[in-house]
Amino acid sequence: MEFYRSHVLVCGGTPCVLEGCKGVRDALIAEVKRRGLDREVKVVETGCLGPCDLGPVIVVYPEGTLYQKVRVSDVPEIVEQHLLKGRVVTRLVGEAPQAGVVKYEEPTYLGVQERIVLRNCGVIDPESIEEYIARDGYRALAKCLTEMKPADVIEAVKKSGLVGRGGAAFPTGLKWSFTAKADADQKYILCNADEGEPGTFKDRLILEGDPHSILEGMAIAGYAVGADKGFIYVRGEYVLSIERLGKAIEQAKALGLLGSNIFGSGFSFDVEIRKGAGAYVCGEETGLIESIEGKRGEPRIKPPYPGTEGLYGKPTVVNNVETIANIPPILLNGPDWFRKFGTERCPGTKVFTLTGDINNKGLIEVPMGITLRRVIYEIGGGIPGGREFKMAQTGGTSGGCLPKELLDVPMDYFTLPEHGSALGSGALLIMDASHCIVDIAECFMRFFEHESCGKCTPCREGTARLHEIVAKIARGEGKPGDLELLDELGSVMQVSSLCGLGQAAPVPIKTMLKYFRDEFEAHINDRLCPTGTCGI
Amino acid sequence: MKTVEELERIRKQAQAMTRLREGKETTRIVVGMGTCGIAAGARETLSAIMDELAKRNIQDVVVTQTGCVGLCEQEPIVDVIKPGAAKVTYGKVTKEKARQIVASHIVNGQVVGEWVIASA
Ligand SMILES: Cc1cc2nc3c(=O)[nH]c(=O)nc-3n(C[C@H](O)[C@H](O)[C@H](O)COP(=O)(O)O)c2cc1C
Ligand code: SF4
Ligand code: FES
Ligand code: FES
Repeated sequence: MEFYRSHVLVCGGTPCVLEGCKGVRDALIAEVKRRGLDREVKVVETGCLGPCDLGPVIVVYPEGTLYQKVRVSDVPEIVEQHLLKGRVVTRLVGEAPQAGVVKYEEPTYLGVQERIVLRNCGVIDPESIEEYIARDGYRALAKCLTEMKPADVIEAVKKSGLVGRGGAAFPTGLKWSFTAKADADQKYILCNADEGEPGTFKDRLILEGDPHSILEGMAIAGYAVGADKGFIYVRGEYVLSIERLGKAIEQAKALGLLGSNIFGSGFSFDVEIRKGAGAYVCGEETGLIESIEGKRGEPRIKPPYPGTEGLYGKPTVVNNVETIANIPPILLNGPDWFRKFGTERCPGTKVFTLTGDINNKGLIEVPMGITLRRVIYEIGGGIPGGREFKMAQTGGTSGGCLPKELLDVPMDYFTLPEHGSALGSGALLIMDASHCIVDIAECFMRFFEHESCGKCTPCREGTARLHEIVAKIARGEGKPGDLELLDELGSVMQVSSLCGLGQAAPVPIKTMLKYFRDEFEAHINDRLCPTGTCGI
Repeated sequence: MKTVEELERIRKQAQAMTRLREGKETTRIVVGMGTCGIAAGARETLSAIMDELAKRNIQDVVVTQTGCVGLCEQEPIVDVIKPGAAKVTYGKVTKEKARQIVASHIVNGQVVGEWVIASA
């Protein structure tokens, strides 16, 4: 039996890979061996540890010391000082929030962060099914298959209050119950890992850091609704996610945790990966289904909803990666446990990718209902240079914008819409006062014009006109009445577009008009860009 | 996988792989690895402890190092900290003594009184 006194975790998430973590890992392994420590110290590659902006990041256990921006040239010092002599190399510790790090003797160090979805991210080697199992992996599946009836599983998910994390916030248990009720010879579970929202990369890091949690969650969903086949639709650029998922599927099959007659229960489940080609609209569930069927990625007319008529016309559950990652802990610990986190109406946590004008960029998991102020100032370390906060964009382009008036509003799926905004998928883009609202709006509208699939008129024409009008305002060619026109056009699109793309495209414009109308007016009436961004 | 017991068995075995990262309270052995400690043979002491733990298949002990504590003439120094008990500090721990400490203090809960230099 191997016994190591120290584990060195090297973050192998994509942001850290880009910073050269592979070289650091190889250098660590070589140096540990050279110093004769290889039987005492184990080097493990993990998923994202959180502070992606400070990569490559490594953590040394049992102390739980997080080192940031580690270069190959730092490796001999870390090995000599820390691994041999037990002295922390303080110059590499820095200010990074020790997000994923479980501190020895200080398990409460996580502070305001709660880790349900990211429970294994940055803790285990994602390519080792044994490490996943060590941390209670596949126990929830075992419990469901041997102790619970499918209806009990759905009931537990309903009671947990989990709502979809893909943006639309539909209650997950209710969604499953539609598919469970549907009578069909074949049903499917689809995991939506298309993640097309600009600025969002949480699903990617969950898949890279803990792929087995997705397989387990999908198998549980399959058992609950009576589906024996699952597909994971992953964005094609997510090379590492695809690679690790592929390995995970093989390992699970080898141990019989996927395949036929799992735990001797008679239940069988298989998972396949499908790669997306990068169209934003293919993240929309029916566009995604068309794409898997090998057709052009255009949304279908709803109803019928996928729950009763989805992939190949069969009842299909479509869930987001983060939604699925919540499933095993909910089943293992029970719905009451889950409801201890977050708010009454919206239990659990939310994973965000924190980007933009913020000191600590990266991946965070916080209780649902936390305020933006706490995220920015307690976790994010504030805005660089102490500059003034202007707005945050939640959920990428399709979400809403949160001005400083909303800094203290609880961020959950139901409260933000009451203020005309939305929580969306999980991007949290912070912008300081140096940015021009009209410029940002122009950028967003360009995105929607480009991504509209063109199937329905309100969106195909509407996104083009929204962009055109905003671009004119930015050039100093706006006319009186433009703002009213934007508003009216937006309202028409919201009620008449076929899918969520066209329905959500006007949301950022509408919230910006609500909270920053004076800036638009300055561009139109005074031909002036208050921040000096637009060249007028 | 045909049974839940099978999963349990893998889980128990695999837990040793991740236990170090759980931050749970367990017995800790701390070896002084300052320059003086290393000069006095702390490296061999540490290896002996590791070897003895592995041989006995003891998984729930954390072994760490620390720097010089200012008792250079007592090196190699080894602390044993059991949850809920006072810290016991041993001095001049050769590799033979180290194995003995694992056997009696860690396994049997018997402090090796004659080598203790401090207890707090
Ligand atoms: C244009 C558009 C893009 C979308 N992109 C995604 C996506 O990338 N990932 C995702 O999970 N959901 C996306 N959705 C939402 C899905 O249609 C669907 O609601 C979601 O996958 C359901 O999962 P959930 O209930 O677990 O949230 C998108 C919706 C629209 C309208
Ligand atoms: S709303 Fe836009 S993206 Fe959706 S179907 Fe219509 S044209 Fe296509
Ligand atoms: S990818 Fe390394 S910290 Fe996020
Ligand atoms: S001409 Fe085609 S939508 Fe107006």
